[in-house]
This record gives sequence, C-alpha cells and structure tokens, in this order.
Amino acid sequence: MSEQISREQVRHVAALARLEMDEEELAAYGRDLSDILGYVAKLNEIDTSGVEPTAHVVSMETPFRDDERGESFSHEQTLKNAPQREGFYFQVPQVIE
Amino acid sequence: MNFEVVIGLEVHAQLLTKTKIFCSCSTTFGDEPNANTCPVCTGLPGALPVLNRRVVEYAIRAGLATNCRIAERSVFARKNYFYPDLPKGYQISQYDLPICEDGFLDIFVDGEQKRIGITRIHMEEDAGKLVHPDDYSGVSYVDYNRACVPLLEIVSEPDMRSSAEAVAYLKGLRDILMYLEICDGNMEEGSFRCDANVSIRPFGQEEFGIRAELKNMNSFRNVQRAIDYEVERQREILEQGGRVIQETRLWDADQNISRSMRGKEEAHDYRYFPDPDLLPVVVEPSWIEAVRKSLPELPQAKRDRFMAEYGLPAADADILIGSRPLADYFEAAAAAAGNAKMVSNWILSELLRRLNDDKGSIESCPVSPAGLAGLLKLIENGTISGKIAKQVFAAMYAEGNDDAAGIVKARGLVQIDDRQALEEIVRRVLAAHPDEVEKFRQGKTKVFGFLVGQVMRETRGKANPGLVNELLRRELEG
Repeated sequence: MSEQISREQVRHVAALARLEMDEEELAAYGRDLSDILGYVAKLNEIDTSGVEPTAHVVSMETPFRDDERGESFSHEQTLKNAPQREGFYFQVPQVIE
Repeated sequence: MNFEVVIGLEVHAQLLTKTKIFCSCSTTFGDEPNANTCPVCTGLPGALPVLNRRVVEYAIRAGLATNCRIAERSVFARKNYFYPDLPKGYQISQYDLPICEDGFLDIFVDGEQKRIGITRIHMEEDAGKLVHPDDYSGVSYVDYNRACVPLLEIVSEPDMRSSAEAVAYLKGLRDILMYLEICDGNMEEGSFRCDANVSIRPFGQEEFGIRAELKNMNSFRNVQRAIDYEVERQREILEQGGRVIQETRLWDADQNISRSMRGKEEAHDYRYFPDPDLLPVVVEPSWIEAVRKSLPELPQAKRDRFMAEYGLPAADADILIGSRPLADYFEAAAAAAGNAKMVSNWILSELLRRLNDDKGSIESCPVSPAGLAGLLKLIENGTISGKIAKQVFAAMYAEGNDDAAGIVKARGLVQIDDRQALEEIVRRVLAAHPDEVEKFRQGKTKVFGFLVGQVMRETRGKANPGLVNELLRRELEG
C-alpha cells in the first residue's frame, strides 16, 4: 500500500529546495521517495490511538538560557566563509522585489 | 452597492531583550553590520539554538495582558523558504502549537466600545536586513545583526470593520506592549510592524471576500491611508464586475498608492515541521501566576481610574495614559499640586505643546512634576495670574528651572493685589480713553474687555484680573 510519488510532486519538492533535475532524475527520485514512504508507512500498522503525538524521541523540556550577553564572532570569523563580501557585509546577487 | 469592510491585522513586535532569542549575541540596533553575529544566528552547520527565557516571559506577559490562554506546552517549528536574509533557509517560528491563543482587546471608536479577538501570539526569530546599493550594480548586501532577534507575532481575528477601528486596535496593542515594557513600539524603526489583511463583501453576505495583504506601513497614518486606498481599489473592481485577486501589496507612502508584489503570488509552501533542535516549551502554571502578579496597571485600567479617582473627562484621560511616563508624570504632579484637573489642563496644553514643538519626550521634560505643581500653587494662592503663569512656565521650561516662586520673585512678576494702586491705574486708564468710557455708558459693553486689556498693559500683565474687573466695573457703573 505504499504511496506512489508522482513526477509532479517530485518536481514541486525539488523546486522548493531549489534543485534542478532532469527527467531521469525525477523518475529515480520518485521511485526512491515512494520506497522510503512505503517503508515508513509500516508504522501505520501499529495502533496508536491514545498515544500523544510527539516530535522527539526524548521526553524532555527545552532548556532555557538567561538573557545575558556572550561573545559574538569577530567580523573576520563571521565573514570568513562568505563567497563575496563588501566591507562588513555579505554580498549576494541582487534581490529586488 | 454598499460593501462591508473586513480587516484582520498581523503585528510583529520586536522584544526588548538584551540578547537574541536563540543565542547570546546583542540585539543593539545600529551597530556595524554583522558585528552581533555568531554560528547560531548565521546558521552555521552544527550550531544549536538555546531559548532565551526572557522571551518566553515576555510572551506570557503579552498573552495575559490581552486575555489569552497561555499554553503550558508549545512547540517551535521551522518555516522553510529561501531568501538571503534568512541564513538557515528556514525561520524558527511557532505553528500549530503557539504559546498564547484566544485573547481579545477592547477598543473605543467614536465613543463605542468594541471587542477585537486575538487569534494567537507566537514567538519567532527576525530575519536579517538586506541593503540595496543605490546604483544598479547587480548586488545586495546582507547584515545579520537583526537575524534571530526575538519577535512576537500577534494575529487578530478579522473583526475590524473600518480603518479607524484598525488604527484604534493597533494603538491599543502598542500601548499595552509599551506599558508591559517588552517592546519600544517604534514603528519607523520597525520594532512594531503591521500587515493588514483587507477584504470587502456586500452587506449581509456571510462569506468573506478575497483579501489582499498590505505591507510596508510604518505609521498609524499610513495604515489608515493604505487600508482606505485598498477598500476603494477593491470597491472599484467589484463595481465594474471584476474579481479581486489574492495578493500581497506594498504601500508606497510617497505616492499614496499600493503596488502588487509580483512573484510572491506563487502559493506559499512553507513545509512547517517541529524544529528538532528545540524541545517543547513547557510553562508551569506557577510561572504564569508569577508573571500575572507582576503585570503593571494596563492602559485601560489606568484610564478608568484617572476618570474615577481624579474626575477627569475621558478626552483628558485618553491623552494622559498615552504612555506610562506621561501618566506617571501626571500622577506625581497631581499628588503634589492637589488640583488634578488643573494639572491635567496644564499638561495637555502648555507642557505637551512645548514638548511636541521640541520633539521632546516627557522623560526629558525640563520641568519636573514638583516644579509644575509649585507653579500651579502660585496661581491657586493668588500670587500670580494664569496668564503670568504661562510666562513663568516658559522660563522654567527654557531654563530647566523648577523654582517657579524664585522666577516670579526675580522678575518682579508677583501679582498686584494692592487695591489702592490698582484703583489709581484704573482711573488713569479711564481718563485716557474718554471715548470708550462714553461707548460703555451707551450700552456698548464690549469695550469693557478693551479697558481691562489697557489696565493689564499698564501693569505688564501683573494686575490681579479679578480685582481689575471689579474696580473697572465700579468706576464705570458707579
């Protein structure tokens, strides 16, 4: 009963992830994703009524930090991996709405 | 055809924490680009966000002050999209389990009270700032100082039916956040931002019309104009048999028009999912109760109390509660002076007028509440007239001098109450203006004011006005 992922769905997900794919890749990823979802779908065979949904395997609460200043990076550290920079700014291709 | 306007508002309020929501970088505005950044807020691989406790506390404060239910368990989610101001490729926000839900805010428009529902309040991180060079050089610059600065997103129900109601809601909400001291409320600098969802429908129709989302309104005035413009735009479309399309429109305050934001229409698909880096936020009831106890008196409660306790009219109270420091100033001066209505009159006229002219704030007012009270006492005990008091106040304000009595003494402004001396002056004035005296006696009593003015002029404004009236009248009629 595995769900079949259509070529269009793969194309949509790829576009959202900014991935370029040719027809062959679309077909291949469609098969892979269908297989993965089919595997995970095994979980549907278990009766989970009465089990609270959770997004984590550990049952913990999130820890807090106090609102106290710590060290930031230096400009050099922050900008070290920037493909392009201008002064203390990161430089990117123009984005104008 | 008559249309009903439907407005819902989304507010983003920047919180006044020292540090960012998930890292210990400073939130200071105006530092050098990228000075306040670290692996967490620039989204370097492997960096882990840790939640700032104060952000949660501020969210609880906002929720309680707007009558929301505080969730004992809420969840951070990733909102996925690509944009250069978003270093991780997702914004950490809250989705199906926000921290506050189901609140309301009461507004007053034209003397009518109306309740506006608040759907939810959630915590999230801000994005960085893009800078576009003036020359067309094909590049943009990115500053991540603002990335990860804590925001509250406050979403209203589509309960507002006019731009005036929308502005009243925004003002009320901003006042509350400022009273809570969790947001500075600065709309121009973007620490209090608003998006408006606007649609219209024929009266009586239950179903909502297609809405447009308005952005980029950085003042109450612009919110009002942008909504009015949008309502007219949609009305014209519908009246010509057209269809409104769902879109985002940017307000252009220079030209007073809005423009469609093309390219953003493609259906958003944010693929929200719970952020695996952050565990559920658990808020114990004892924490909520502690925050509840620490809440300050809120604007509407203060307004009601000012009217009941000091006997102020609603119009006075509305202005005085405009900010906590102004309300505190009034209360301090009223306590020192005794006559609250007189204090209110002076604050609303002389004091605020001067502060507005100087673009000053009450916090930096050169005259203290005690100084103002001292001045008003001089009027009440007859040392000076109200008119002279304005001169004295001007001097106090200009010099930052609280000693009203000292100024009155040094400049010889003490009111002339000497009956004999004033009688002499009155006689002199009447002798100098026989024509006016004649007119008065023929029944043209309007010249009385002129004669009073002449006496005041002779005394450089220092004569006791009541006494001058009495003496003049006696001389003229007697």
